[in-house]
Amino acid sequence: MKPKLALYWASSCGGCEIAVVDIEEKILDVADFFDIVFWPCVMDFKYKDVEAMPDGDITICLFNGAIRTSENEYLAKLLRAKSKVLVAFGSCAQEGCIPGLANFYDKNSIFEFVYKNSPSVDEQSKGIYPVPITHMPEGEIEIPEFWNTVKTLDQVVEVDYYIPGCPPQSFQILNAVGAVIDILKNGKPLPPKGTVLGAGDKTCCDECPRERKEKKIKRFYRPQEIIPDPNECLLDQGIMCVGPATRSGCDALCVKANIGCRGCYGAPPNVTDQGAKMVAALSSVIDAQTPEEARKIMETLADPLGTFYRFSMASSILKRVQPKTRPDSSGK
Amino acid sequence: MKQIKIDPITRLEGHGKIDIFLNDEGEVANCYLQIPELRGFEQFAVGRPVEEMARITTRICGVCPEAHHMAAAKATDDVYKVKIPSAGRKLRELLYNTFFTADHTVHFYALGGPDFVVGPDAPPAERNLLGVIKKVGLEIGGKVIGLRARCQEIIQTLGGKKIHQVTAIPGGVSRGINEEERKKFEEYAKYMVDFGQFTFKLFEDVVLKNSQYVDLILNGPYTQKTYYMGLVDENNKSNFYDGKVRVVDPDGNEFCKYSPSEYLDNIAEHTEQWSYLKYPYLKKIGWKGFVDGRDSGVYQATPLSRLNASDGMPTPLAQAEYEKYYKTLTEDGSGKKPVHHTLATHWARIIELQCAAERAMELIKDPEITSPDYRILPTETPHEGIGIVEAPRGTLTHHYVTDEKGIVTKANLIVGTTNNHAAISMSIKRAAMGLIKKGAEVTEGTLNKIEMAFRAYDPCFGCATHTLPGQMPLELNIRDKNGNIIQRVKHNI
Repeated sequence: MKPKLALYWASSCGGCEIAVVDIEEKILDVADFFDIVFWPCVMDFKYKDVEAMPDGDITICLFNGAIRTSENEYLAKLLRAKSKVLVAFGSCAQEGCIPGLANFYDKNSIFEFVYKNSPSVDEQSKGIYPVPITHMPEGEIEIPEFWNTVKTLDQVVEVDYYIPGCPPQSFQILNAVGAVIDILKNGKPLPPKGTVLGAGDKTCCDECPRERKEKKIKRFYRPQEIIPDPNECLLDQGIMCVGPATRSGCDALCVKANIGCRGCYGAPPNVTDQGAKMVAALSSVIDAQTPEEARKIMETLADPLGTFYRFSMASSILKRVQPKTRPDSSGK
Repeated sequence: MKQIKIDPITRLEGHGKIDIFLNDEGEVANCYLQIPELRGFEQFAVGRPVEEMARITTRICGVCPEAHHMAAAKATDDVYKVKIPSAGRKLRELLYNTFFTADHTVHFYALGGPDFVVGPDAPPAERNLLGVIKKVGLEIGGKVIGLRARCQEIIQTLGGKKIHQVTAIPGGVSRGINEEERKKFEEYAKYMVDFGQFTFKLFEDVVLKNSQYVDLILNGPYTQKTYYMGLVDENNKSNFYDGKVRVVDPDGNEFCKYSPSEYLDNIAEHTEQWSYLKYPYLKKIGWKGFVDGRDSGVYQATPLSRLNASDGMPTPLAQAEYEKYYKTLTEDGSGKKPVHHTLATHWARIIELQCAAERAMELIKDPEITSPDYRILPTETPHEGIGIVEAPRGTLTHHYVTDEKGIVTKANLIVGTTNNHAAISMSIKRAAMGLIKKGAEVTEGTLNKIEMAFRAYDPCFGCATHTLPGQMPLELNIRDKNGNIIQRVKHNI
């Protein structure tokens, strides 16, 4: 009997799916080796088919997307129960990614803008907020609940492995899936729980072709304020680059296009908080004699919190910014 | 009252769901398309540096990140009131037209095409890209993969990444191309242009030469008379990257033409408490509910709409097909616009595909494309900006307000498919009413024909299915008053 594979997306953009598709004709090898039992975007299997499976029936489940709504959380729990191995696939599932930036705010403030203060919402509609159940003349219709806080997959269920990236690069997906196939085919032992697959074990700087001189910087520049030297380290030039606090594996694509890294491959090995790691990295490049001078240099850096935690806000030690308003009691 | 649930349909910046209610006679009483997801990008944009929006909003959609990347970049240029250098603009346009070619290709071959090539009543297991290949030959599958691989390589070079581009910045782009790359991409562009011609031939052979299909397009329950929107250049020719938004009325006469800065005078949004997605409409007409016609502010922004809203295509091969399109789809062959047949959107889409490929070729041959002058540093104090592009699925508007340091204080987005939210809901209802008859069993083929109504829009709930063997599973449950399932239909689209 073939091993069973499931793929699912929760709150995500579809980029992870496209990255899987970008392995091109090799997708056929995957479809050949595995019995794909659940993949809503390509296969005719439904929630109830998954519900009917015995626990642990799925050999491996690749789960992408963050946990944003009640439906996302339900599917995470369901697929955990039905899967022997659950993989957080991509940055959203692993660390919350861009959707996790919503943790700077809360459900109320999001609804307030989208359904009330947005300049395009008409007068009659202002303040009409979506509700889970609506009684229409013909019957009842339902939508999932929007949680107050974005969560990562491992904050909701136990996760076995991680494949990082926004999205994971296709060659890395091939590496990871190839390794899994090799393990299953040849009866090799599974890697230790928590292992990060399809990525390197150093930092993005390790893959960066630019020359690093450990210069001391006096101010930061935003991308539109400076034309960078093509060969020197961006950070040395005062251009914000989260490379030193980011796991290797993407092949340093952004820096090769003259743009600073924002950390989509997550924290490097043995680092739990990507933002804290970046603060530590900056302390070695800022040229300040006094705390006051250091503060002034840091003030030239726009949105440090939203930059250091661009992809990992939901999984950081902070998890979220405490809302100024009281969260909606119906939110979680 | 019986209730038919289609849940989940997948991908409209997430997920989607359709409920069809039947009355006691077994006729359609009402239909609801619900979008059960929201992520709140507009709110968490606040506090971010405005130049980062081009890297943040790409995550709205991993299928069309290029559209958000460009709309954000254009809005950000406007925030800084900077005019980008000509070479920078051409590089952005080259990326964008390459993306349009790839995106329309995968929709035509994987998502929309199977209904025609394999047939609307064919078994669901065959009604996908693999079925298309089986019917017309393996060679076509290779051509589609070849097209996509070439386009993705151009996109990675110009955009930094294949998915979630990073290179468009205020004042231009962060990297250019050298002559070696240009030469290679010219070969690719030739492949793209030839691919467009090949696609027309396939469409002609498979669809236009089949009178049943032509009848389905012209006379099926797929006609809806709304306003139509699309970006046009100074000659009122279709443009995907830049221009003014032109809207024509259901008779094809210009209703308005607005610059990005005037979008709030022209567009407003209605909300319903049972869906997370809003309903944009023409503000000067007003929201009159889910109805079509001149008195309703409902409009469409699709390939069909863009052709209706323009006076023609800016490139010769696309223009020739544009003329044939209108001649074929008018009863008297007069070529009079507009076309209201929703299924004709598939044809309109490949005309745009051809146009994008030709435009990419023009740009790659432009001597300026290898110029190193692709960016300048903005000098104005940032404040407010609006950027509009045509996303494959509709006119895309990004609007940012910042403080004097360029930190976002307000963001408002009207996203591609959202424009068509009301029209898609109406199309589903119209098709369901036309196809579900009293006492007759709802077959899989019936259901598929209902879905053909919304599939024509290439709604973002089709996004993730774009490039795979084109199956999007739907389940339709017909329930009695107590919620018991009395009939179940399952299939792929």
